[in-house]
Amino acid sequence: MLSLPLRAAILSVVLLAVLLGAWELATQAPAGSVGARVPGPSKLFAHALQELSDPFYDAGPNDKGIGIQLAYSIGRVLAGYSLAALLAIPFGFVIGMSPMWRRALDPYIQVLKPISPLAWMPLALYIIKDSATSSIFVIFICSIWPMLINTAFGVASVRRDYINVARTHELSRFETATQVILPAAAPTILTGMRISIGISWLVIVAAEMLVGGTGIGYYVWNEWNNLNLSSVIFSILMIGVIGMLLDQLLARAQRLVQYVD
Amino acid sequence: MTDCFLKVENLARRYPGSKDGVALAVFEQVNFTIQKGEFVCIIGHSGCGKSTILNILAGLDQASAGAVIMDGREVAGTSLDRGVIFQNHSLLPWKSTLKNITFAVQARWPQWNKAQVLAHAHRYLGLVGLQGAEDRKPSQLSGGMRQRVGIARAFAIQPKLLLMDEPFGALDALTRGMIQEELVRVWEQTHQTVFMITHDVDEAILLADRVLLMTNGPRARVAESVVIDIPRPRDRSQIIHHPGYYPIRNHLVDFLVRRSKELAGGAHVPGTDSGDMSAAPRVVNPMLLSAGKPVIAGHAG
Repeated sequence: MLSLPLRAAILSVVLLAVLLGAWELATQAPAGSVGARVPGPSKLFAHALQELSDPFYDAGPNDKGIGIQLAYSIGRVLAGYSLAALLAIPFGFVIGMSPMWRRALDPYIQVLKPISPLAWMPLALYIIKDSATSSIFVIFICSIWPMLINTAFGVASVRRDYINVARTHELSRFETATQVILPAAAPTILTGMRISIGISWLVIVAAEMLVGGTGIGYYVWNEWNNLNLSSVIFSILMIGVIGMLLDQLLARAQRLVQYVD
Repeated sequence: MTDCFLKVENLARRYPGSKDGVALAVFEQVNFTIQKGEFVCIIGHSGCGKSTILNILAGLDQASAGAVIMDGREVAGTSLDRGVIFQNHSLLPWKSTLKNITFAVQARWPQWNKAQVLAHAHRYLGLVGLQGAEDRKPSQLSGGMRQRVGIARAFAIQPKLLLMDEPFGALDALTRGMIQEELVRVWEQTHQTVFMITHDVDEAILLADRVLLMTNGPRARVAESVVIDIPRPRDRSQIIHHPGYYPIRNHLVDFLVRRSKELAGGAHVPGTDSGDMSAAPRVVNPMLLSAGKPVIAGHAG
């Protein structure tokens, strides 16, 4: 009997083969038809090879390699996300440690949180007057809430015992925060950061479609306008791959701070 | 008696009453003293406020009335002079066994260098027989080992007073016995002043110099201070053969089963109607028991 991971891997490969086969069959043009069709896997594969062989070419505003477009998007996500983390984690700490602040800020968070980040776009464009910075702002505003809420929750629910350990050992407020509360709340904080990076990556595609110029979102929309469906499908896959990598990065960080109670 | 190390005076804890504004006292007029180097256990039924008293001694909780004076100073807030071992070990789960101790040692002696801290931590880990477990996280230790780390941590900071809140409550009987013996051994080497809550009468007799008995709440008091005059070193298997063992045990059990209820609600001990006198627990030595009537050795100060 084969091991479970191996069997699962074989099943994965079989599923892929079936899927690609069905796709290929479905996109075969019947003899004599002339209409445009969704490209099949073989065509897509050829296109992907060609794109990936030179991902960073730059031949003008409307013709850049997929690598450049992805780099723009990742850069914006990281900029907006880092800013949000820089603000959300210290603020979450304060909210988590102070029941008064928690109550005072709760209504604002409850109202601001459900707003679609793209709804901020017109306001951001008007105030910031720069489309690239506006999309960074949109990433900032969408990734701040999960981090803020999770940090506050993680800090507020640190076990009383750990706080008592800090108190009986006469740790200062700063030492208590860094040596006890931060490591105790770190897994919850990282969960918030992981949710945020996922949302950011979802939102950047939409934001770039809206503001245009550069980035993977713009690229997808541009290729659609060019009716280059191979490019569109290839971009979709690349968005998935990068999203997975970002998530894995945070998952790894989360494992580093995880502890068993 | 101003020379005693720890003095608890008229300690009370009241909660605002739900009806007619009358405060509900969990305990009041709690008075007792502890000498330097003494091992004192406190026994009482759940709800009499033992843990609250311990938390007040630790500075983690506040009394509604009364004072705790240690070494001539009133206790206010937490301090490294008063170490605490909690029931659920309360090790920091993200730190290794060794780091859990070094962090406490560093807090106690910030001026020490790394080598001194390590040497000190290793010494106390050795004292509880945990060499080789330094790099393991608390989750990788058994319940008994965790509690031993807790004991090592508390002894390592050499507090003037060590407070233990049912430290073995969560352990199975076999492990509990082993760790009690370990505690006896460590205590005999250090002569640390200890105040410990327990529910286990045998544990109290094995460990304590004196056992404080609390009446049932509300308005619980420390009614008696029972002297355990069994010579040390004590041994779990030998102590039951000591002639004093069963008189003491019977006295304690009798208190828990019967008299803690009779004396509940602030009833005065017969013959001590003056409010001032009723405040101090009467000192009893069951080993001097004659005809089933405990001999009252006098009043504690």
